[in-house]
Amino acid sequence: MRMNLQKPELSTWSHLDQLLNLRDEIHRLFDPRLADGQRTTEFFDGWTPAIDLYEDKENLFVKVELPGLKKDEIEVSMHDGTLSISGERKAATEDSSNQTFRSERFFGRFHRSLALPKPVAVDKIKASYKDGILTVTLPKTEEAKPKQIEVSVS
Amino acid sequence: MITKTNQNLASQHNVSTMEYTSPTVNLSESKDAYLLEAEMPGVNKNGLEVLLEGNELTIVGHRQPENINAELLYRESKPREFRRVFVLDPSIDTKKISAQIDQGVLRLNLPKAERVKPRKIEVAD
Repeated sequence: MRMNLQKPELSTWSHLDQLLNLRDEIHRLFDPRLADGQRTTEFFDGWTPAIDLYEDKENLFVKVELPGLKKDEIEVSMHDGTLSISGERKAATEDSSNQTFRSERFFGRFHRSLALPKPVAVDKIKASYKDGILTVTLPKTEEAKPKQIEVSVS
Repeated sequence: MITKTNQNLASQHNVSTMEYTSPTVNLSESKDAYLLEAEMPGVNKNGLEVLLEGNELTIVGHRQPENINAELLYRESKPREFRRVFVLDPSIDTKKISAQIDQGVLRLNLPKAERVKPRKIEVAD
């Protein structure tokens, strides 16, 4: 049934993926357990920028896809082991005589937060913004770094 | 006016669509031009290709190589390149198309040819 919705010449997986996502979103909408207090769906949230999380020995790295913002429109904060990234993308002031045909981009406020898996040194957090990607570098606290323990054999 | 075509044009160029993700776009029209904005986070000038074949405009964005040498714990972004094809309206002066990319947003200015711009005709006495 699902397959019939597709045009045969289109790539199967990417579209199947989208349909499955849509199905999940609809299920979540009608799921009473998620009705209140939970994160709203992407459908109504408007914009949920994609987040990637990396780890090496010294640091955690968080990358967020935020195309088309200005540096000072992004807010990064830490509270109780949770990293929050928020901001607002403002629509460019357009001539009202312009006619819009297609509007897929989201404008307005966004907010994401992420519970970090390791304690980090809050005063040493750095953030940079390049090519529409925000990279936050979070150095781990000394306790969280892996340690080599010498075993002495006598 | 510009109409979007299916990505299956990619198959004519012998590449699989599975490797690509379609950038989100805004498209508007003013008196003199069409403006196309496409979101391609992680792409800068060096990774951008704007190709014109007849009246078919293809935008391709190659993400900059990963600058973090660490273990990936969690991923939401798609590690794929951006690609989308548009068919241009014949009123567009393809010689005058200009492009710029800033913080992962491509802006294409597609000016209309002089002959299709609205103009006022003076009435002779």
